[in-house]
Formats: sequence, C-alpha cells, structure tokens
Amino acid sequence: MKIFKRNSIGIIIKYFILIFVGFIMVYPLIWMVGATFKSNSEIFTSLSPFTSKPTLDGYKNAMNNYGGEINLLKSMANTYSYVLPKVLFTVISCTITAYGFGRFNFKGKKILFALLISTLFLPQVVMNVPQFILYNNFGWVDSPIYLPLVVPSLFAFDTYFVFMIFQFLRGIPRELDEAATIDGCNALQTLVLVICPVLKPAIVSCALFQFMWTSNDYMGPLLYVNTPARYPATIFVKLSMDADSGFDWNRVLAVSLVSIIPSLVVFFFAQKNFVEGITAGSIKG
Amino acid sequence: MKSGSNALTVVGSNAKSKSIKSVLKKNIGFAFILLWIIGFLVFRLYPFLSSLFYSFTNFNLFTGISEYGISNYKEIFSDKKIMESLGITFTYAFITVPLKLIFALFIAYILNFRIRGVNLFRTAYYIPSILGGSVAIAVLWKALFRDQGLINGALSLIGVEGPNWLSDSKYALFVISLLRVWQFGSAMVLFLAALKGIPVDLYEAAIIDGASKWRQFFKITLPLITPVVFYNLVTQLVQAFQEFNGPYIITQGGPRGSTTLFSLLIYKRAFQMHEMGMASAMAWVLFIIVMTLSVIAFASQNKWVYYGDER
Repeated sequence: MKIFKRNSIGIIIKYFILIFVGFIMVYPLIWMVGATFKSNSEIFTSLSPFTSKPTLDGYKNAMNNYGGEINLLKSMANTYSYVLPKVLFTVISCTITAYGFGRFNFKGKKILFALLISTLFLPQVVMNVPQFILYNNFGWVDSPIYLPLVVPSLFAFDTYFVFMIFQFLRGIPRELDEAATIDGCNALQTLVLVICPVLKPAIVSCALFQFMWTSNDYMGPLLYVNTPARYPATIFVKLSMDADSGFDWNRVLAVSLVSIIPSLVVFFFAQKNFVEGITAGSIKG
Repeated sequence: MKSGSNALTVVGSNAKSKSIKSVLKKNIGFAFILLWIIGFLVFRLYPFLSSLFYSFTNFNLFTGISEYGISNYKEIFSDKKIMESLGITFTYAFITVPLKLIFALFIAYILNFRIRGVNLFRTAYYIPSILGGSVAIAVLWKALFRDQGLINGALSLIGVEGPNWLSDSKYALFVISLLRVWQFGSAMVLFLAALKGIPVDLYEAAIIDGASKWRQFFKITLPLITPVVFYNLVTQLVQAFQEFNGPYIITQGGPRGSTTLFSLLIYKRAFQMHEMGMASAMAWVLFIIVMTLSVIAFASQNKWVYYGDER
C-alpha cells in the first residue's frame, strides 16, 4: 500500500482524470433532466442544465395521447406487462437449468453444455428472420399478451443467465446438497429449499439485468407489436421523436426521461447487485 | 455416495426395477435441463437451420418460395451497397471495440489505486452502460449532436465551429460509434474486479527489482488480466456486429448510407421488403463473419491469454 502513497501529484492527476471523464460521461444525462424543464426556445441556447424560467410544458405535452390510442403512461404499462412475467419466467427456468448442469451428471452433458455456451455467441440478428417466420406461423405476431417476447423465456432462452447462475452455483459447496439429501429432500426440494436461498444474489442480479434489457429492448416490440394501443414505451418514445423532431424538444426529452425513470430507480436501489452480477457471469475460470 | 444409494435400491426390489430406477436416478439431471432442451430445439436450432435453408431460396413472406439456388449469395457479393454496408460494419466494430476496451481498462486502472469514493465513480461510469441501449438515450444523442446541439454549443465556447454531425457523412458514423464507446462501464467493472484480484506482493517484488510503473503494467498487470481482456474482446465484438438501435433511431442509416450497419440492411430486406430468403442469406454472411472472428480469438488464446496454473 505504501507504494502508492509517496506520489501526491500522481494522486491529484488521478482524481482530476476521474472527475473530468466522469463529468463528461454523466453531463448529458444531467443536461437532459434540465432540458425537460426548459421552454423550447431556450433548450439549445445554453449549456447549463438550469433555467431561470422553469416550465412544465414539456411534461404536460408528454402526457398527450398519440393518435388517440396510446400515451406515455399506457405505453409504460404495456412495457411492464411483459417485462415482469419475462423476468419471473427467466429466473425460474434459468435457475432450474443451471442446477441441472451444475449438480448432476448425465449422458451427453458435455455436448449439451457446449451447445448452451455456443448460443452465447450466436448473434440475435441472425435469428430474427427465422424466429419471426416461426412466430408468424404460430400466429403469435401482434399477440395481445406479447407471446413472442415472453414465451421463449419459459425455456431458459437467455442462456447468459443460465451461465451466470451456473458460475455462482459452482461456488456453493456440494456438502449442502448432500446434507439436504440425508435430511430426506429429493432433488427438487433441495433446489427450492436449500440451494435457492444461497443462490439469491445471483438470482437477484439475473432478474435485474433481464428487467433492464427487456425494458430497453426495441427490436423485439418493433417486430412483434403492430397495434398502436399495445405499443411499449420504447416504440412510443421513437414515435414521439419522429412526430416532433425539430421544434418540440422539451416534450421529446420529457417523454424519453419519464420512460426510463423505472429503470433508473431500479438501478440506484440495486447498483451493487449489477456490479456483482456481471462479475459473476463472466470469469472465475 | 453413489454406490450407497444403489445399495439401498437393491433391498427389496427385483433386478429389473433396480435398473430402471438407477437409470432414472443417474439421469435425473436431465429432467432439470429438459425445459432448456425444448427451448433450444424449438426457438434456436430449428430457426437457425431453417434460415440456412431459406437463404438458398427467394422466400417472400407473402408469396412464398418459387426458386432455389445461390442467387442471394451472388447478389450479396456483387451488390455495391451491401458490400459497402459490410465495410461500414467492420469500421464500426474496429473503432468501437478497441476504444471501449482501452477506456474501460484505463479508468479501471486508475480506480484500482486506493481512490476515495470508488463506488461513486463506478456508479457514474456504469450508468451509461445500463441505459445506453435504450431508445431514450438514442433520442438524447440526437439532441446532443444536432446542428445547434449541446456539443456544438460546447465547441463554440472554445472558438471551434462544429460540423453538422448527423447530416455530414464524414461524421455520422463517428457519432454513432461514440454512443457505444460511452457505454464502456460494463467492461470497466469487469477489468476492475480482475485488477483487484492481482496480489499486491507481485508489485512489491517488482518495485524492489526497480521496475518502472510502465514495466509493471505491461509485465504484471496486463498479463494477469488477459482472461478478462479476452472475455471483453469477444463479447464486445459479437455485440458490435449486431448494433441496430443507435443507427436506426438516430440516423436511419444515413446520411447517404454512411451509418447503414449490416443489421439495418437485414432489417430492411426482411421486414420492409419482406424478402426473407435474401435477409436470411445476409444474416448467414454476418454469422459466418462473427463466428470466424470468434474462432480466431479462441484459437489465438494460448498465444496471449494467461490462465494461471490451469493450462
């Protein structure tokens, strides 16, 4: 530790870099918040996020209906109507799968696990076309309950999370399972009663990431939701930008900001889990 | 443990049911991964293989298939616009991935010194990664880089007249790339975790030997975190080649096609022109590129990635 102490100029430079770069990174977001309270004529006239004449016009207009069928809050309700089930299904199916791979031996396990890992490197862009054709044949496109977005998550579709939980599981001593077996638990009971409570940090991280990614997802709804009344927030934000771009920036930015407030709130309450989650899902051998 | 449970089943049961039971018992893990296997077959393998088939047809979503052959692939490699778009995609990936990794490692390296408020900094750097993919941030990016946007406002303070970022084909791709580089936080968090895992006594020994900071970095730090460099490199490459939201929302591929990444072209062919066969062929070209790069990365691993005592 004393290695780093002697050089106080070095420390100052380090803080300077951290603050300077951090400021540049975060400033656009701060400016965005300020801009939503400005009038349209003022937004681009100053770099400051503050204004002498704050107005709520942006927010008032943000709540307007779009085409009579969809508004910001309704579109956000639509978003979470498929995000929440998807998160729940992902957590359950991925935990079960990770448990199967992590704690048991069976024929073909190595090959199956290699297949699972290989799907991590399979670009979704490649899959969009054939998946669309498949869901179209199923009659799922524009389903009122967002079947194409939700159903795959019942089958541990996002293998990244299987891998993340699998990695975490490797760190849990097998003696725990053995003790549960001796106490008369079968494999399923062992998972639910003994392993899940210990896995909780990994499960929470998995739920948080799926929440963020699905809330942000644009491609999925773009392909599979066609009815305006069912548009989620991502589609709504894009539409409101297309409709107003050029003059109504306080409204557009207010729509954008409100649409990510739930994500921001979740992030600030659970920062630690995000950091631990991505670290667990990547390395450790 | 295994033999013990077998012995239990033998008691009071005939040989046949014993073998069924033990087969069941041996393969009970299979039951737990069954859901995934079904999902893999239905939602991954079947679409994957069917798209290979479609790529050799002129499948139109509404009129169906009327021809088979390699004409899609011929078109891809002879169409100037498609090849240009491939070039743009490579440029995008080869700009964003190295920049992202360098930034991520640089900031992680500084944060790894005993900095006060590490958590605060880490949060600030990490927020863009969490939100960056959202439409809302793409909208913000458009506001920042528009003609009279925040960026040009800031540049005018230092007397520079900024270009028209989004309508000048020289700069638009750069703006789109910057949106991705801005999200270096997730890679940084991984680097930081790896740096924290390096034993301090290694550095102490190096200092006694009189090694400079640079030498320490290149001879100790970098070799020890190569597994994370590798992981970040591969995942970022795979992601960069699929980027869609940024260019689709901010520039719609323009101006003059300068931000038409390959994924935009696939989207256009598939979902605006309904040429599913052609789009499948393009998707396969992209897949083979991404796979080739991944294989190269994996094959080169033992040349530069250090896995401790394991290998």
